[in-house]
Amino acid sequence: MNIVVCMKSVPSSETKVKVDSDGVSIEQTDVVYEINPYDEIAIEEAIRAKEAHGGKVTVLTLGPSTASQNIRKALAMGCDEAVHLICENVELADSSAVAELLSSSIKEMEFDVIFCGKKAIDCDNHQVPNRLAQLLDIPAVTAIFNLVLTTESGSAKREIEGGTELVTVNLPALFSAEKGLNEPRYASLPGIMAAKKKPFEERQVSLGDEKLTILSIELPPPTAEGRIVGEGPEAAGELVRILREEAKII
Amino acid sequence: MSQGVLIFAEQREGDLKPASLEAVTLGRELKNQIGGDLSVAVIGAKSSSLSSEFKQYGVDRVYVAESEELKYYDGERYSAILTEAVSKAQPSVLIAVASAMGKDIAPRIASSLDAGLATDCTGVEVSGGKIIATRPVYAGKAFVKVRIDTDLQILTIRPNVFPQKTEGDTDPEVVELQIGKKKYPVSEVQNIKSERPELTEASIVVSGGRGLGGPENFHVTEELADALGAAVGASRAVVDAGWRPHSEQVGQTGKTVSPNLYIACGISGAIQHLAGMSSSKVIVAINKDPEAPIFKIATYGIVGDLFEVVPKMVEAIKNLNS
Ligand SMILES: Cc1cc2nc3c(=O)[nH]c(=O)nc-3n(C[C@H](O)[C@H](O)[C@H](O)COP(=O)(O)OP(=O)(O)OC[C@H]3O[C@@H](n4cnc5c(N)ncnc54)[C@H](O)[C@@H]3O)c2cc1C
Ligand SMILES: Nc1ncnc2c1ncn2[C@@H]1O[C@H](COP(=O)(O)O)[C@@H](O)[C@H]1O
Repeated sequence: MNIVVCMKSVPSSETKVKVDSDGVSIEQTDVVYEINPYDEIAIEEAIRAKEAHGGKVTVLTLGPSTASQNIRKALAMGCDEAVHLICENVELADSSAVAELLSSSIKEMEFDVIFCGKKAIDCDNHQVPNRLAQLLDIPAVTAIFNLVLTTESGSAKREIEGGTELVTVNLPALFSAEKGLNEPRYASLPGIMAAKKKPFEERQVSLGDEKLTILSIELPPPTAEGRIVGEGPEAAGELVRILREEAKII
Repeated sequence: MSQGVLIFAEQREGDLKPASLEAVTLGRELKNQIGGDLSVAVIGAKSSSLSSEFKQYGVDRVYVAESEELKYYDGERYSAILTEAVSKAQPSVLIAVASAMGKDIAPRIASSLDAGLATDCTGVEVSGGKIIATRPVYAGKAFVKVRIDTDLQILTIRPNVFPQKTEGDTDPEVVELQIGKKKYPVSEVQNIKSERPELTEASIVVSGGRGLGGPENFHVTEELADALGAAVGASRAVVDAGWRPHSEQVGQTGKTVSPNLYIACGISGAIQHLAGMSSSKVIVAINKDPEAPIFKIATYGIVGDLFEVVPKMVEAIKNLNS
């Protein structure tokens, strides 16, 4: 089974965001880049699929040259090969341009299954997986928390408001990972050593036409100073009164 | 020439999603500025009966695809049908709700029609005839304003953010859509119902964290939720510990909620948790540590043991209601 997993390097979830002087991006100093948490789940699922069905996992990243560190981590977890499309400034890039580049790279590979994360936690776009599947003309099931994969098909569960959808599609297909799908493994020491020798292709690319233009990036307005209603159970009645009479929300 | 606004109105088993009316209201405001008609597309097994729900919203036309075969959402099929609605209506703006369905269908349509899409928008304005959308990035730690540069401009909107308003009384024209054939050989969709209240749509959310001490204690927060008719949420710490299901996690790698009232019980307020709930209108924190970061963003706080405070709140609420 040939498996491709799309992984993005994103600012760690702990990052305190500051707007850059250009007004359309965030300051890069002190920002630590990690594997997008949903992509970590996608990588885990890809490796499990390989362990169950044989074949190989190729990890694909579009991102700046510094992203190579995280690609090594994916190889250390158990991916077999890496393709790094090097391009600066893709953090908040338009998903259609990102999907174009990823799809043209995937079209050169053999693939049965593609795994993505449900969204990247920097741009929060939630678009690339479906766009990618359309460009590759394969079915997609997004934001899945359960998957039963055979060599022919995949049955995936996705959470919907107040329920679950079970979707079965034939391979080749794309799945995007939601939390709960699995617990990603840590890279082992032998894994880290082995990663150094795995095939690692790098290619310079540039983004095509973007369909969105970022006009500005701003921080949310500061929240008003909160109010401590009181201490201990005696304050409970007063809080309820405030919520009813002042805030008028209960 | 594209004109007007088309809304993808979401339904499941004949129930219209309330947030779809928020999208219709926004659509009406946009159409008043950019001109053209306001249309709605509904797809499903019982969709035609829903067209009357739009009478009070100034809708000009309702596109309907109705068939037993469309009982459950099927991304591939629904998007093919919605694409047909777009080619009929030729709108300059298409709006869906950023729900499980909307998040899935919007990028499919955007890709097949080669259009720009701004997801999960919390603000929308018109400038020079073009849509300028405000949307959260970095899990709400920042907001970008984006212009959509294609002829067809697609948006998904965050539920609970845009108000819903009726206006006038119209008799929308009903247009039937082709159902079409399935493209991929196997694709079976099944809904498995659950009784859980829906976190992302609830107007009140009560969340519990590690301060609850163990899975056996969550009845304390559930009783508060029941007294308020609220949905139940959780921090990642308790989800990772297996105390609560993943579907309840609020935060950067969980759900983003913006209810009228968010009550955090025994949650410290880590940056990743705040990312998922800081846009709530009123935030209440109950924590025994006066230094807990959650108090920095809480509108109202009680410093104390939640096992003492929360039952008293339940009592006070019940007294109010009786
Ligand atoms: C990549 C990444 C993504 C993450 N995503 C998320 C996310 O989506 N959502 C999320 O929530 N977290 C997320 N986290 C985890 C986050 O950093 C915190 O670890 C987590 O939110 C802590 O949960 P908590 O507040 O329940 O627990 P703690 O931080 O342990 O806080 C427990 C609180 O309960 C209080 N307490 C204890 N006993 C009582 C009592 N009897 N009465 C009242 N108060 C009491 C304590 O004072 C304390 O403040 C993420 C972390 C990473 C690295
Ligand atoms: N630059 C990128 N390189 C590789 N994969 C990406 C990139 N951007 C997005 N993806 C994939 O698409 C998923 C959803 O991203 P997004 O649509 O941007 O929120 C991510 O979890 C990745 O799997």
